Formats: sequence, C-alpha cells, structure tokens
Amino acid sequence: MTETRQSTDAPEAEALAHAKDREAGIVTCDACPVLCRIRPGRTGACDRYGNEGGRLKRMDPLVIAARAGRDGVIPFLDAAWDGSALSGATAFVTGIGAGTTYPDYKPAPFIVSSEIDGVEMVTVVTEGIFSYCGLKVKIDTDRFIGPECAPVRAGGEQVGHVTTAEYGSQMLSLGGVRHLTGGGKREGQVTCETLLALANKGAVELSIDGGATLTIQAGAAPIINGAREERMRVGCGSAAIGIFARQFLGHADEVIVVDDHITGVLTEHQAGRFLDMRPAGIRVRGRRSTPGRYFQVANPGTGWGGTDITDPLAIIERIDPKQAWPGLRLLMVSTTGEHAAWYVLDEALVPVPAPMPPAIAAVVERIGENCEPALTSVLFMAGAGGSLRAGVTENPVRLTRSVRAALTRVTSGGAPVMLWPGGGITYMADVLAMPDGSFGHVPTPALVAPIEFTLPLADYAAMGGHMDRVRPVASLQDRSDIRPIVWEDAMPWPLARPAA
Amino acid sequence: MSALAAMLPGGRLHLQHGPIDAIVQAWGDAAEVRRAQAQAAAAFGDVLPRLCAELPRLRAPLPAPPPEGPVARRMHAACLPFADCFITPMAAVAGAVADHLLAAALAGRRLERALVNDGGDIAVFLAPGQSFRCGIVADLAAPCLDAVAMLGAGAGVGGIATSGRLCRGQGGRSFSLGIADAVTVLAADAAAADAAATMIANAVDLPGHPAIERRPASALDPDSDLGDRLVTWQVGALTEAESEAALAAGARVAEGFAARGLIRAAILHFRGRRRVVGAVPLLSAA
Repeated sequence: MTETRQSTDAPEAEALAHAKDREAGIVTCDACPVLCRIRPGRTGACDRYGNEGGRLKRMDPLVIAARAGRDGVIPFLDAAWDGSALSGATAFVTGIGAGTTYPDYKPAPFIVSSEIDGVEMVTVVTEGIFSYCGLKVKIDTDRFIGPECAPVRAGGEQVGHVTTAEYGSQMLSLGGVRHLTGGGKREGQVTCETLLALANKGAVELSIDGGATLTIQAGAAPIINGAREERMRVGCGSAAIGIFARQFLGHADEVIVVDDHITGVLTEHQAGRFLDMRPAGIRVRGRRSTPGRYFQVANPGTGWGGTDITDPLAIIERIDPKQAWPGLRLLMVSTTGEHAAWYVLDEALVPVPAPMPPAIAAVVERIGENCEPALTSVLFMAGAGGSLRAGVTENPVRLTRSVRAALTRVTSGGAPVMLWPGGGITYMADVLAMPDGSFGHVPTPALVAPIEFTLPLADYAAMGGHMDRVRPVASLQDRSDIRPIVWEDAMPWPLARPAA
Repeated sequence: MSALAAMLPGGRLHLQHGPIDAIVQAWGDAAEVRRAQAQAAAAFGDVLPRLCAELPRLRAPLPAPPPEGPVARRMHAACLPFADCFITPMAAVAGAVADHLLAAALAGRRLERALVNDGGDIAVFLAPGQSFRCGIVADLAAPCLDAVAMLGAGAGVGGIATSGRLCRGQGGRSFSLGIADAVTVLAADAAAADAAATMIANAVDLPGHPAIERRPASALDPDSDLGDRLVTWQVGALTEAESEAALAAGARVAEGFAARGLIRAAILHFRGRRRVVGAVPLLSAA
C-alpha cells in the first residue's frame, strides 16, 4: 500500500510560480484583468504595456524633457514626481509618444501653453508620419566604399545610394519615398527597418554594390569591410603637404602624401617652392592637376590614403636621373599618418627602405594627432509640409509662413532642426541630439518622428490656431504615461526665445 | 483599468478593454443605430472580466467540459469541431467577442446592416437585400487591397476572420504554428471563422524546413495556451515550389472544413500567392 500525503511545509504552487517568475525576470501587468505575465523585452496581449528591464512600462509614453530650475533641481527624475508644478522654464513636452490625430483636420494631440521669461508660449506637439523621409549619413573615411550612385543594400534590398563625397567623408543617402513605398513590399519593409534602427541610434550592416560592406551607427566609428576606421584624415594629400611643409624642411628631401583624391608631392608643390626646396625629380603616376598635386595615382581601395596601394613605391612612375641624386631622403605617408615609410635613394637612384629618423617620425605622428576620430553621423530629413500642419492651425499656410519668418520654432524631440529654404517645412535633425527611442514606424511603411512647433500664444491665436485646445503644461503632470528625460545642457532649450 | 467606450468620427463606437479593441458600426434609422451601439457598449463592460475569470479553462486543449460565460461558451462551441487537432477555445476569442457584441447590438433593434470588428475578426449582420464590400489585406507590413469580396444577405456569412504568422510584438496579435501571410475565412459567425482561420493558417506550413525559425510559445509568453509548442518566429527564403507546397497543404485543410460545412470559404495568401477555397465573390484581384 502506498500512501499519498500532502506535506504541510510544501510551498504552494502559486508561490512556486511567482518564484519562477522572479528568476525569469517576468513582470505581471495589472493594467487590465488579463494580468499578463510578460517576459523581459516583450509586451503583453494588448501591446500597450511591456517588460523593460524587469519593470512594467507603458510602451508609448509621452516624453517630457526636464532641466534644472533656478534652484538647480531638476523637477522630476526617474518618473518620481516631486510635486512641483511643471513650467516652461523646466519642462518641455516633446512629440515622442504624443501620437497623431489622423486625419489631420483634428487638433494635434497636445497643444500646451507655458510661460517663460514673462511670455506666454504655445507648443503644438505631435508625431508626424513621414513617407517622405530619409537619412543623410556622413561616414568619416577616405576609404573607397563604392562608386557614386551605387545602390546601398540591407539584407539584399536597396535602401539608398552612395552620394557625393564630402571633405574627408563618404556620404550615403538612405530611405526616401521611392524605397519606402515605390519598390516591392519587402524593399519598403527593409528600408523602414534600416531607417528606424539608424535613427534610433542603433547599428546596421549595409553593403554597397561594387564596394564595401559597412557597419554604421550614429556617433560610432564606422566599420568598413570588417576594419574599424579610427581616424578622419587631416586634409587631402595636398593640404597635408601645405600644413606640414616647414616641419619637413631640413629632415627630408621629398615627401609624398598618398591620397586617393589629391596626392601631394612636396618639392613640386607650391609649399615646397616657397621654401626653395630642390626639385627631387620623383614623378608619381596619375594626372597632374597643378604642380605637386596629382589625381588618380591609383585605384580607390582600403590601402594607403583611400587607395588600393599597399606598396607605396607602386605609385612612383619614374625617377628623373637629371634631378634626383643618390642619398636623397624620401618620406611616403598617408593622409592620416596611419601608413608611413622612409627611403633613401641608392647609387642607382632606387629607393631603399631605411629606419625613419625621429624628427620625421614626430611629424608623421603629428599628422595622426591632427586627424579627428572617425565617426558616422546621421541626419534625419523629412518634410512636414503636408497635412500635419492642419493639426496646428485651420489655415496651414500660415504655419509655413510663421516658420519662415522664424516666429515659430520647429524642434524634433526638442532637438534643434535645420530648415530648408523653399516651400514646405522640410527639415534635418541630428538623431544624436534627439532623445533615445524618438522614432517609430507604421506599416505603410513610413517613419514616425516627433515634431513640435513653439510660438508665442498671441501669434498662435493670430494664425488661426486651435485655441480651444490649448492647455497649460502643468495639466499633464497627473498623467501616468509620462517618461521624463534629462535635457542635455549643451542644447538650446526649445522654449527659450532665440537670441535676437 | 476599466473598459472604455468612445465615439470615433464616422459614427463608429470604439470599445477597448485590455487587449480587446472593437469597433461597432451600424446602419439604419439613426435612433435605432444609437440604441444598438448603446446596447453593445452596455454588454461590453463585463466581457473581459468574465473571460479572465475562466482563463485557465479557456487555455486548456479541447475536448473539455463547456465553460460558463456567454463569450466563453461561444469560443468553446466554435472550436470543438476542430478538436481532432490541438486547439483551445482561445483560438476563437476575438471572433466570439465580436459575435457577442453584435448579438447585444441587434437585440430588439431594426437595422439595415451592422458590424463588430474586433481587431480584424468581424461579425456582420445584413438585413435582406443589403450587402458589404470587404477588402482583404494579406500583408499588414505593406498593406494594399489584395482582394475585395462582396458579401450579400442570405449568403450565410455572419463572420469574417483572418489569421497569419506575424507574431505578437512583430506586428501580429497572436502566435501561429504555420507560416501563412494571411488566411481569411468566411463562416456562419465570427467565432467559427476565427477558429477555422487559425487552423488553416497552422496548416500552411513546411514542417522541419530549415528556413523557418520557430520558438516555444512559452518562451515568448509564459501563459500562452500553446505551451511549449513551437510557433513561427521568422520565415527565410523559400523556393517557388516550396511556397506552393505550403499553400497547397493549407488549401487541403480548408477544403476539408468546407466539405464538413464548417466554413463557407477561405482565401489563403502566402508570398504573393493566393488560393481560394469555396465560393467567394471576389471583385478584384491584386
């Protein structure tokens, strides 16, 4: 006979389940009777609440930026409200989590008034759904990443293209309406995912047709074909010659700065001439632009100075025996100082590698020192010229005019924007200046970005604003779904009046 | 947080409580429409609490003894015919809520048309001579009207439901054992359509295919009625023939349901392909 017996000290099943939950980081949501148990990083059945790092979070809270008041105290931190009333001096309601009021004839979700420096200001807060939007990406590198206009792909789908290179940088243009909605379904989806990840300060991997594979992230060094780019060059090869010419004088008879764009040759260069340097007779390959400045000395690549060169002597076409001399001291260096080699010509005028003298090594090091850290920077660009304006005023063109006249300030998540001249309200914003998680998306596919319009209350009334919807900022402080963030002091306070 | 009822533009009543988002719309005499919507709103208040009170039972596989609540009983009844495979009453929860709210709206009212749309699972009422045009979107991530069905009174269709593979947190509302982009089912009521769409979407599958990434449902949601069963997480590249085979597997199951009289019709979408089972008056095709 076996006897089953319930032990009196056995833990209850429910208690056991709760203990397991704690181990697994599960949070129980009590927002509704379903009482979802939510695993870390996931949402409950409604998708409105989720488990973020073991805490129950409203997934789309309204973000309010806070800065210290005159007393030096930031009015609220870590969602713990200190009870003081919100004011324009210390709190700014961003569009993040504000939602939209599509169709747009309805007033924007939040039209908030606050007094600052004795002036009653209004901020119209909304989130824009942008089909016309994209990212302009600046990648600090001289390395060849792909030909201009080459398609840029994520997961095999084209999400943008290589655009005009800028000083020390390669540029990408990503997204835009054609990839978001003009191509195939998957193209639109992948484009949207890529933009969203980059705009929210995440890393993405891209490949360029006929070019490199990149891993980029706003504010981080780009990784090109698996190699992390450390430095942005001090200038082109010719500029490097100009900057450091005097420091080479007396220590080298010739300096060649290898650069995919403009390779500089010291004694032939204007800078060498000024210093009365003797022509060394070393002729480099490529096309001479002006004396001492050469284009296309090699092919673009990931070697010396953004060329495909690994042996610098390969760019020397010939050495003129009438001008060169045995014992001539030659420095070859890249635009970032990452590559450098020292040679002395032998009796047959052949460059022979030799130990680099300390004085030259010091200048090479200085070239490197003058290079800034290579970064990827990401600007979000979008046009808010459309129906979104109707959420601000019944007569949308007045908003555009007011923005043009600088009466209305446009911010994106509180961050300053660069407004394009011309029609509409087309702007660019540095995603690093915006709060984390500023961007969302809708399945259209399109990006959702915060946008705020701030102007004096009197001007808002005059423009035909939705005055019946204006509410004081303090009225928001009782909401349960507010996420406060601390304002970066380095950034202009969005409510402050611009310096006249 | 308690149940919310709000009027949206266009005379649509929005009912929301926890994970339930339903739109109630009716056409006919204005006073009758108002009363119908008021009745639906009044019936809504205890829908979620009563479901939650029986959740463990509703998450248990069928066959099982019937539950207590009116919505729970609709779920149970709708899923029971499919109990030869794994199914729990939760497979019909959205459709059953829609049916329940529609029944509440219709009680004692004279309407021309009415519908309750609970997150895409729709209960419809059509008085004689009335009709609905129904747009079908196969891919929510890139929505376009993939088909338009014409629903007429007397066709025996009181419910339309759609099921697909998109996971909760990835654009979908639930978990699927299959890989279908969308399976839309027309049936006598929304609960039946909901249960059938779930089962057909589960059947659109390529068991054991390496390009299909699956995860235990419990790893995503510890309380899922699917327990440790593997649900579809991501679907990678498939050949044309494989896509066709997956769709055909689902279509065979749908044909069986139609032959048993459980559904009127089904429209299956996968990777740009479509299969139609039964008689659907499709007006246009993408």
